[in-house]
Amino acid sequence: MRAFLNGLFRLRRGPWEMIASILIGVGIVMLMQPYVLILYTYSFAVTLTGTVMFLVVSHFPEDET
Amino acid sequence: MTDSPITRVARATPPGMARQVRGLSDRAIAWIFVAPTIFLLLAVNIFPLIWTIRLSFTNFKANRNRPVEWIGTRNYERILTDSDIWLSMQATAHFLFWTIFFQVLIGFTLAWLINRKFKGNDLWTTIIVLPMMLSPAVVGNFWTFLYQPQIGLFNYVISFFTGVDPSSFQMIGDVNLAPWAIVIVDTWMWTPFVMLICLAGLRSIPEYIYEAAEIDRASKWRQFWTITVPMVLPFLMLAVLFRGIENFKMFDLVVQLTGGGPGSVTEVTSINLKREAFEKWRTGYASAYAIILFVTVFGLASIYVKALNKVKER
Repeated sequence: MRAFLNGLFRLRRGPWEMIASILIGVGIVMLMQPYVLILYTYSFAVTLTGTVMFLVVSHFPEDET
Repeated sequence: MTDSPITRVARATPPGMARQVRGLSDRAIAWIFVAPTIFLLLAVNIFPLIWTIRLSFTNFKANRNRPVEWIGTRNYERILTDSDIWLSMQATAHFLFWTIFFQVLIGFTLAWLINRKFKGNDLWTTIIVLPMMLSPAVVGNFWTFLYQPQIGLFNYVISFFTGVDPSSFQMIGDVNLAPWAIVIVDTWMWTPFVMLICLAGLRSIPEYIYEAAEIDRASKWRQFWTITVPMVLPFLMLAVLFRGIENFKMFDLVVQLTGGGPGSVTEVTSINLKREAFEKWRTGYASAYAIILFVTVFGLASIYVKALNKVKER
């Protein structure tokens, strides 16, 4: 957990990509779930945020450790 | 001196052009070769994408000659609060999940069986891959006959195994069975593709790893889970990626089989999108819809490629 937070603060690729991937995954589940309409409504915003974030953070440097 | 192809090309180049080329740097020559491809890519992929993004913020209708109004994110708001589109997303999710599940399960099992050395396995491989070589329109058409309640073979096979009257159920006319009807056909058609990729993975595993495991007295079960599955996993993930993207935009097979019906239970997003764009002619609205689907597939592919790279690094 500490390494993860450290990577976040030092703008390292690994942890940021993980956050972006989680956002994309959550967005897709929200888009396709059959239960709550409000989740569907906000799904695109979540997926778009995750996708744009993924594109940006994939240019961050890798953690050396 | 040998007459190499490069020498021959150099000799055949007109002196004027040769002089011009000689004055160019390697980078410039590389750009000259790459430029047509880049131009084509920009014209065919990037420009339409940017144009679609622009249209998605307007009320443009391709069949009306009226001034286009900028309406901001209203198209997106309408799509994301529309319960019909939400239903079509659910139909797509059902189709996507179950086709991939069955294709991976059956495809891997078939590949594992075909990989065993037995007489005539090449013939079996050829027979199994036949459905994949057919056109989706043809497959959709002949499965509608197979699903016919009176004359269809499918209903008689089900009747043979379960004892149910063959004319008592309709695979493509029943709201509960129709989503499964398209899953069955897609699985029938595309399982061979997954099988071929898995077979490539299985055949890439060196025999000596199994021999070493035998010497260490590892059981067949253990060998399967610690050698076969991890080494085939990157191939399997690649197959899932291809099938996932393909099935997300599935159109022809479903149109031929059910046309999105009965009602709209099999109306997957691509059919819904086509209706919005080319039947209702709501071009701006359909553009916003296409962008939502594009971002979803792009996001999904991004995390998938990342996962694939991680598995390969292991």
